[in-house]
Amino acid sequence: MPENATLKEDRRSEVIELNLGPHHPSTHGVFRAIVELDGEMVLDVVPYLGYLHRGYEKTCENKRYHQVIPLAERCDYMGASSNSLCFCLCVEKILEVEVPERAQVIRVMMAELSRIFSHLFWLGTHGHDVGAMTPLFYMLREREEIMNLFELTAGGRLMPNYLRIGGLIRDLEEGFVDRLRAFTNHFDRRVDEYETLLTKNPIYMDRTQGIGVLPLADAIALGASGPMVRGSGLQWDIRKSEPYCGYESYDFDIPVQSGCDVYARYLVRVQEMRESNRILKQAVERLPEGSVRAVKPGVIFPPQEEIYHKMEALIHHFMLVVEGVKPPEGEYYQVIESPRGEMGCYLVSDGGPQPYRLKWRAPAFVNLECLALMSRGQFFADLIAILSSIDIVLAEVDR
Amino acid sequence: MNQLEIGDKLLDKFGLEVIETPATFRDQMTLTVAADKILAVCKFLKEDPELAFDFLSFVAGVDRHPAKPRFEVIYQIKSLKHNHRFRIKARIDESETEPATIDSVFSIWRTADWHERETAEMFGIVFRNHPDPRKLLLPEEWTVHPLRKDFPLFGTEKDTPDLPA
Repeated sequence: MPENATLKEDRRSEVIELNLGPHHPSTHGVFRAIVELDGEMVLDVVPYLGYLHRGYEKTCENKRYHQVIPLAERCDYMGASSNSLCFCLCVEKILEVEVPERAQVIRVMMAELSRIFSHLFWLGTHGHDVGAMTPLFYMLREREEIMNLFELTAGGRLMPNYLRIGGLIRDLEEGFVDRLRAFTNHFDRRVDEYETLLTKNPIYMDRTQGIGVLPLADAIALGASGPMVRGSGLQWDIRKSEPYCGYESYDFDIPVQSGCDVYARYLVRVQEMRESNRILKQAVERLPEGSVRAVKPGVIFPPQEEIYHKMEALIHHFMLVVEGVKPPEGEYYQVIESPRGEMGCYLVSDGGPQPYRLKWRAPAFVNLECLALMSRGQFFADLIAILSSIDIVLAEVDR
Repeated sequence: MNQLEIGDKLLDKFGLEVIETPATFRDQMTLTVAADKILAVCKFLKEDPELAFDFLSFVAGVDRHPAKPRFEVIYQIKSLKHNHRFRIKARIDESETEPATIDSVFSIWRTADWHERETAEMFGIVFRNHPDPRKLLLPEEWTVHPLRKDFPLFGTEKDTPDLPA
């Protein structure tokens, strides 16, 4: 029927604009995009950000250095300890403070736990986005174990707020190490379990292989980092290339995949959980005795017990709270490998008690720039898979 | 290459009229570059095989109010090939009539797109030849620039700086 055929052609040529979000369930936060569609094909995606913009950088400029830590953790609430680690390392570098060995190892534990924590939740929700309901419930089970560990030693479950400039707020709670060891012993088997759900699942493979292709040259040009570039074949991990917290002394590998697609990013993240577990096992074994906070009167807060018994400690504590620490004038850029990639803290100090300027290089924000490139020419349903493969945390994107 | 060698290489290439004296703090060097030469310097940084800065971490602004020139634009770059980092900055100022302006480095590092849009809206800096100079995080109708040092932290009952009159 020729008449019908022309009608179809007319419809096909009509480009529609579809509004996605800001409260679409697949955006995991408030993210809005205008999607240009030709039938079911995505022609272009234009993201509209800022629904969660809280003026983080401006707020930090008006807080004391130690007051920034809880704010930083709220930037990327999925890998909270990574944020405070990045900020603390940066300030410590400017202050020239050496963190004791024990605190370094515990920081590695917290950072790796938060990496597993973040990847677990990503894996669950990502499975959910492509239509696999089951994984989420498995992931939440292990995620709960990690939250219990955080709660045990730090009090907070989602945002432990455990790191301090110069070390940690307090030593590990009794029993933490045993429970962490138990967790690391069974976690590898749990990852095997997750893999049985998705890795060889033909539906999942169909939904993700060859979808959202991000060539390596484009990934680098667009500033992507973390699992995004490792899924595109670049072996780059800041824990190896610019080690901090003694990562150079741990034995672990950088998972790399060359598929450049959603499936490759999935494989990288699953493998990263195993590697993080390997690091955790080593950290548990090597945990040395000693203090968990550097001693530098007038710069680092004295331990809580000393404040009650020593006059000098009380005075230093009082002065640090009232006046704050005053780092020398200068600027420094500290990077760490967060669960999402290169997390950076660029700090300008003018010698005063507040950061003169704090620029937060949020990996999710930069990775999100790749969305339009990856989605052009794909089906709309795949756009959801692609968006979730970036692993965005909107609090971090909008800051 | 270490920070000193990178600095020397830039100085050899562009000379003292483009490159100001470097400032080194805690093993990181910051070079101040003449603002009108920013494109040439960035192009060289990316294309020279020994430097090969192929990865732009971020572009950010710093407001030095009330000092003159008022703004600094920071470029934090990395070479994935050689695993070194470097930072350059350019100082620009605004006048009564003209906003502070600098060339966009989008043509060199595509990731600069969003970074420059954010810096533009937060500081009121104009990036010349930016392909998509819309606002990114703030509403389109805002005319204020919140990361400027003279932007108030609180509005008054009569005056809310964030809303259009």
